[in-house]
Amino acid sequence: MKRALCLMLLTAFIFLAGCGTAPVRKEPEIPAKYPVSKYVKPDVTYAIDAYDPWEPMNRRIYNFNAIFDNYVFLPVVSAYEFVLPVFVQKGITNFFNNLTEVTNLTNSLLQFKFVKAVNTFGRICINTTVGLGGLIDVATLNDGITREDEDFGQTLGFYGLGPGPYLVLPILGPSNVRDTTGLVVDSVVYSMMIGQLIGHLGLDNTQEDVLNYSLTAVYAIDKRSNEPFRYFKTGSAFEYDLIRKLYLIKRQFQINN
Amino acid sequence: MKRLVLVFICAVIVGFSGTQAAAYDYKVDDPYVATIVGTPDVLEWKEVPEEIDYELMGLKVFPDRPTPDVFWYQREFLYTLSYQKQAAPLIFVIAGTGSSFYSSSMIFLQKAFWGAGFHVICLSSPTQMNFITTASATCVPGNIVEDSQDLYRVMTKAWEQVKDRIKVSEFYLTGYSLGASQAAFVSKLDEEKRVFNFKKVCMVNPSVSLYTSAKILDDMLLEINPNLTPEIFDRWFNERITKFGEIYRMMKEPQLDHDFLYDAYRLLQKKGQTPRRENMAGMIGTVFRLASSTMIFTADVMANYGLIVPKNRVLGSADSLTDYFKVANHISFVDYFNDFLYPYSQSRNPGLTKEALIEGTSLRSIEPYLRNTSKIILMDNEDDLILTPQDMAFLKDVFGSRAKIYPRGGHLGNMTFKDNVAYMIDFFKS
Repeated sequence: MKRALCLMLLTAFIFLAGCGTAPVRKEPEIPAKYPVSKYVKPDVTYAIDAYDPWEPMNRRIYNFNAIFDNYVFLPVVSAYEFVLPVFVQKGITNFFNNLTEVTNLTNSLLQFKFVKAVNTFGRICINTTVGLGGLIDVATLNDGITREDEDFGQTLGFYGLGPGPYLVLPILGPSNVRDTTGLVVDSVVYSMMIGQLIGHLGLDNTQEDVLNYSLTAVYAIDKRSNEPFRYFKTGSAFEYDLIRKLYLIKRQFQINN
Repeated sequence: MKRLVLVFICAVIVGFSGTQAAAYDYKVDDPYVATIVGTPDVLEWKEVPEEIDYELMGLKVFPDRPTPDVFWYQREFLYTLSYQKQAAPLIFVIAGTGSSFYSSSMIFLQKAFWGAGFHVICLSSPTQMNFITTASATCVPGNIVEDSQDLYRVMTKAWEQVKDRIKVSEFYLTGYSLGASQAAFVSKLDEEKRVFNFKKVCMVNPSVSLYTSAKILDDMLLEINPNLTPEIFDRWFNERITKFGEIYRMMKEPQLDHDFLYDAYRLLQKKGQTPRRENMAGMIGTVFRLASSTMIFTADVMANYGLIVPKNRVLGSADSLTDYFKVANHISFVDYFNDFLYPYSQSRNPGLTKEALIEGTSLRSIEPYLRNTSKIILMDNEDDLILTPQDMAFLKDVFGSRAKIYPRGGHLGNMTFKDNVAYMIDFFKS
């Protein structure tokens, strides 16, 4: 896992370095007919504005993600979708949804959202037993109990922590400092739980590692497969700005609910 | 007696319009609502395959054109192809202003035509970013004659790219909104060039005059506030996008194209609230503004014109564009026409007057052709928002029996309605 991560980061930095060359200017600039200086007031906060002090780096990572998506992630996802029947894919999605309920459960409790916590606990019980280890989402059937959507980023927001600077994570995409912290915490809790579960299978160390890696890989592919977002598909020249804004709005809404 | 006659006349009129209404089940009688909400799911054309086999195709239209760093992701012109195994007619579909083949209307038409047994090639609008950067000869869209030449070039190259793989019996053409107007010009061009020899052309909700329609859409923003300042617009825009959090929760896959603003309305309707009329006009105007601001920015960068971005500034792939977004949102299509398209066209064609350019981008400039060709039909709505009464009269007069005018639907609101789709498919199949 660590090695793979290092490799990815290395590739990312090589790419980012390559992108960093400054463009050559040939002729002197002539002010625009509708100049920014006239139409944008520096002391006004506009609807599209966001706290993004690391914007150049974020934009590079955004671009890197688009390329990674195009040449690595999406081809793998396509192959996965081509090979596996839809009901198997659905089963895998349900399986991971059930495992990651632990995130919903812990964070509902941390925010004293007891109804959500009870719902989530109920879902885990039903889906793990009747739903055959989580492969079938029995709980949602017939207008049953729908899945909650809580994470540690929201918990931090619930306790009044602001989003901090906007941050585009390699491969994972839009985030901010608060949500990235949350993501790390949630991942640690999740990994600990997975480690415990795998530990009960009675495998040797190598087998455990292989299983752990495979689970992570399938989880990533499954998650991408269920995410309809495609880079540069909005058709807007200002996609980075719009996505940034919509991400922050979405997160604020999730925190408030 | 007089009163009796009057009552009788009224009864006849009411009765008549009553039967007319019953004949057409699309019930949304407010053109603003129709334009935003479209067709309720249950009334949509049902013979649409859920999944569609399509290929994303790439073309190098101008192999020597360098891609500016800021548009590094626009390396080639993209279009989609869906084909049948057996021989069938090929339909080219042209998207509306600012839209790509990814837009929901385009995907719907692609599925409907493919499901009905046609090969389908979906093309983004010449006003869309990918088209401007990779396939527009001037990179400054809005002159329909030139845009249609660009379309024709792209269609020719796309056909060359796929012709060994699909068996095509005949070529058809369709488009909606601005794409419909362009289809008319493309059809006329085809009469000279004869690459396709189009047998059938269907225009759906065209603009008669691009300038007039764009001005109508520009002016819808004034219904937010007659003295619309940048600050008021920004506050309004903020209110609209703040709804996104809720939209995101309600809809698993929110549309992320410009139409996402419409989702807020659909959401309110679901909750049983009705937004005010001026908000609806403002929303349509805002969606148009978002599409046109990308168009203007893209054209500005590609042509190095110096409208928003200082002339000769080279933008890199990681440069912030946020301030340009703010400026572009203040520029109306009419501003673009007056301060960019017209002077730019004039610099290449010194005698050109503004009136001549406006006239040249209107269907009126090809009236004799439209009047006399039998291959083109028109599908439109009595209450289409982008037409003036004179425009509607012009269309009815020119197309005569080749015009199918529905009583309701606003601008494109009923395009996916079952009767409308059946009408298009019947036309192409007959």
